[in-house]
Amino acid sequence: MATELRLPELGENIETGQVVKVLVSPGDSISPGQAVLELETDKAVVEVPSSVGGTVTGLYVEEGQEIKVGQLILAVEAASREAEPQPETQPPVETQEPVVAKEPAQLEEAVGEVELAEEEPDAEQELPKTEVSPAPALDRPPETPAAIAPAAPSVRRLARELGVDINQVPGSGPGGRISMQDVKDYVRQLNTQAARARPLTQEPPALPLPDFARWGEVQRAPMSNIRRTTARRLGQAWSTIPHVTHFEKADITELEGLRKRYASKAEAAGGKLTVTAIILKVVASALKAFPKFNASLDMANQDIIYKKYYHIGVAVDTEHGLLVPVIRDVDRKNILELSVELTQISEKARTRKVTLEDLEGSTFTITNLGGIGGVNFAPIINPPDVAILGIARASREAVFKDGGFEPRLMLPLSLSYDHRLIDGADAARFMRWVAQAIEQPFLLSLEG
Amino acid sequence: MSKDPNSTQLAVVGGGPGGYPAAFLAADLGMQVTLIDLEPKPGGVCLYRGCIPSKTLLHVAKLLGETHQAAEWGIQFPDPEIDLDQLRARKEKVVQQLTGGLGQLVKQRKISYIQGRATFLDARTLKIQDSAGQEEILNFQHAIVATGSRPATLPNLSLESERLIDSTSALELAGIPKTMLVIGGGYIGLELGTVYAALGTQVSVVEMMPGLLPGADRDLVRVLSKRLEKLFHSMMLNTTVAEIGEVKGGIQVRLEGDVEEAEQTFEKILVAVGRKPNSSGLGLENTRVEINQRGFVKVNQQRQTAEPNIYAVGDIAGEPMLAHKATHEGLVAVEAIAGHKVAYEPHAIPAVVFTDPELAWCGLTETQAKQENISIEVARFPWGASGRATTLGRNDGLTKLIIEPQTERVLGVGLAGAGAGELIAEGVLAVEMAALASDLRLSIHPHPTLSETIMEAAEVFFGQSTHAYRPKRG
Repeated sequence: MATELRLPELGENIETGQVVKVLVSPGDSISPGQAVLELETDKAVVEVPSSVGGTVTGLYVEEGQEIKVGQLILAVEAASREAEPQPETQPPVETQEPVVAKEPAQLEEAVGEVELAEEEPDAEQELPKTEVSPAPALDRPPETPAAIAPAAPSVRRLARELGVDINQVPGSGPGGRISMQDVKDYVRQLNTQAARARPLTQEPPALPLPDFARWGEVQRAPMSNIRRTTARRLGQAWSTIPHVTHFEKADITELEGLRKRYASKAEAAGGKLTVTAIILKVVASALKAFPKFNASLDMANQDIIYKKYYHIGVAVDTEHGLLVPVIRDVDRKNILELSVELTQISEKARTRKVTLEDLEGSTFTITNLGGIGGVNFAPIINPPDVAILGIARASREAVFKDGGFEPRLMLPLSLSYDHRLIDGADAARFMRWVAQAIEQPFLLSLEG
Repeated sequence: MSKDPNSTQLAVVGGGPGGYPAAFLAADLGMQVTLIDLEPKPGGVCLYRGCIPSKTLLHVAKLLGETHQAAEWGIQFPDPEIDLDQLRARKEKVVQQLTGGLGQLVKQRKISYIQGRATFLDARTLKIQDSAGQEEILNFQHAIVATGSRPATLPNLSLESERLIDSTSALELAGIPKTMLVIGGGYIGLELGTVYAALGTQVSVVEMMPGLLPGADRDLVRVLSKRLEKLFHSMMLNTTVAEIGEVKGGIQVRLEGDVEEAEQTFEKILVAVGRKPNSSGLGLENTRVEINQRGFVKVNQQRQTAEPNIYAVGDIAGEPMLAHKATHEGLVAVEAIAGHKVAYEPHAIPAVVFTDPELAWCGLTETQAKQENISIEVARFPWGASGRATTLGRNDGLTKLIIEPQTERVLGVGLAGAGAGELIAEGVLAVEMAALASDLRLSIHPHPTLSETIMEAAEVFFGQSTHAYRPKRG
């Protein structure tokens, strides 16, 4: 008997993905765990493994298609349970002469013959029903009876009136029968979901676009999944979080000396000793000293959620767009380890090898544009974090020190924070702490 | 509402079982409706030349059959004397009564009824030529095309002869021929063959397929075949009529296929090889309405054509060509026009063959399940074990349920036996309501009735039936 493979839960907040590549074809023999699809989700490209083994008898997705969690991907015929060969034409051979209570002589057919046809219906099962449109679509494929939703005509009509596809409604009755209440519950659930999703997705109404072609040649390109996600998440963060950005400068003259001295050591370990790697460690210590910066806001319940772990996201610029892989338990790793891990994860991000797990669970984020340039900048918070540290390009400045000007290497830092949780003075203290720790690394071992 | 006599909100073209219920509902919903038909009253083929006259005559056939059977029970009737004129008048009276009733309902609903032939000039305008040859123009906002179908003909068997008849002329009951060949073993041929055989005609049936009623489940057909073998003179399967020619006193046919006697002569030949949609000659080419290769108008789930304000229902809108399906479609179309969110999405359209015994089925058939590789289980209850069937002397019957194994949901019901056409309604309800086999099993059915066979078939599915004992295997 055939089993179905549906798109499993892929991770937090991931409901859809675009099929990048289908790795199997009908007729293929697959084993449990074998990858059957490459799927581009909001965050990364992942491989979808099969939960079943057997022969692929039906393939219901194609490359480029957007699919939802729970959507049918494959039908797989289990290898071990071969369907019995069916008699080609007539009903089954009537072998038993049954005994009948009332009129045995009249009985010519086998009584109570129960016949089992193996084999599963396939195809057409997932055909969505479409509504009428002013230009009617004609000759829609006929529905197979196997695909018909177990719902009474009155229930089907209610679903249609409420604008719900009856085939999507989970039935609570025996045999999965769908009741009026099931339809209403489903609509309510959809509404709740929509209401919850609204503040996340709602964007200010876009201004009407002019016809750009009037002024010259243009080209239209669809947003990639990553771009769409970036646009949505940052738009949402910017419009829902009251941002304040605090600027600071840290003297990294000494640190730069140390960094250069130990660079080869990190290289030997397979990493690159960067300012970011060092600041990761500094920030982890700062977060311990200032727990609010490692927290999240639960506005719905009016709670502050303090996290007892220190997972720091690092913004990575890739050719596909911005990705923020997360380095776990930064507080428990030394700078050398961090530099190795940072090198590896950045590489994974650039080659789109990061997994969804690599992108989840940050408590704070660091973004470093120093490698490219800039005097300073105001980054946007990566929710549900409450703060983000920006690093710009260090430059040599004349600093008045010990009665005279000295050339010092100064690193511009910025901290955008959620003013709902963090006050300006908190931010100033946090940034002073970070700058001092950078200037005097000894502090780290003392306090961090 | 517009008072202009040359315009209407809804024009319904065709007053059969697709058109008139649509017109009635539209009027009840407050629309201004014009119903156009060739006949003086609504009713269409169903009332004038189809379901109703044929069932009137089949009832007579059943009665005659029972008088023969009564001999076995000690009741002897002399051979019946048939007054054909009176029988014809009875049939006409039934038709007049029913069409007359519809005429009354048209008046009561203030529907404008025009007897005439309508032609589309464009997607807003009809030209109507009335019975007197007068032409008028009617503008409409919406139209429903329900022009039905007509008996199909065999192009290679064209012959200008009164001896070559179709279902329409057969129902006119001009006479009772001594011999008749029915070409086509579908439901129309078998029903009319049954009527004439009961009236005394020696009926032969020729069918090109290997079995009667192609498409129906074979176990149901076998129940009917057994009785028809006695009623009919011969049934020639896998056989086609290659040639026909008028000879003295009849029509000679040359048969090809599984037949011993290739040349036979019959007094009458009834061609019953299906029906064709009446989609030409309506001026639909003057609109955007699309028609497929088989002549059916293409429609969507609301029965809307490619011309958004024109709908099509009934035989012209596709198979199955059945009156009750047409009615349902007509109602859907009107509701859609009224802006209701509705769709034509039946799970079960009952099919009934009014022979004796009757055959009836709905939903998924075993044949279809096999063709489409749908996994099913079949539970059969033969009427040999039915008390009611025994009292009637009609143990020739079978009730079967087509069941989805995982959910035990009833996907289809099949019946062969006396009164199957009435019994199938329970099957339709079961399939439409997504009933499980246990629902049928646990609903108390009246005793002693044939409806119990449906309950007992459900018991069979669970392996235990009161009146059908089956020794345990192994």
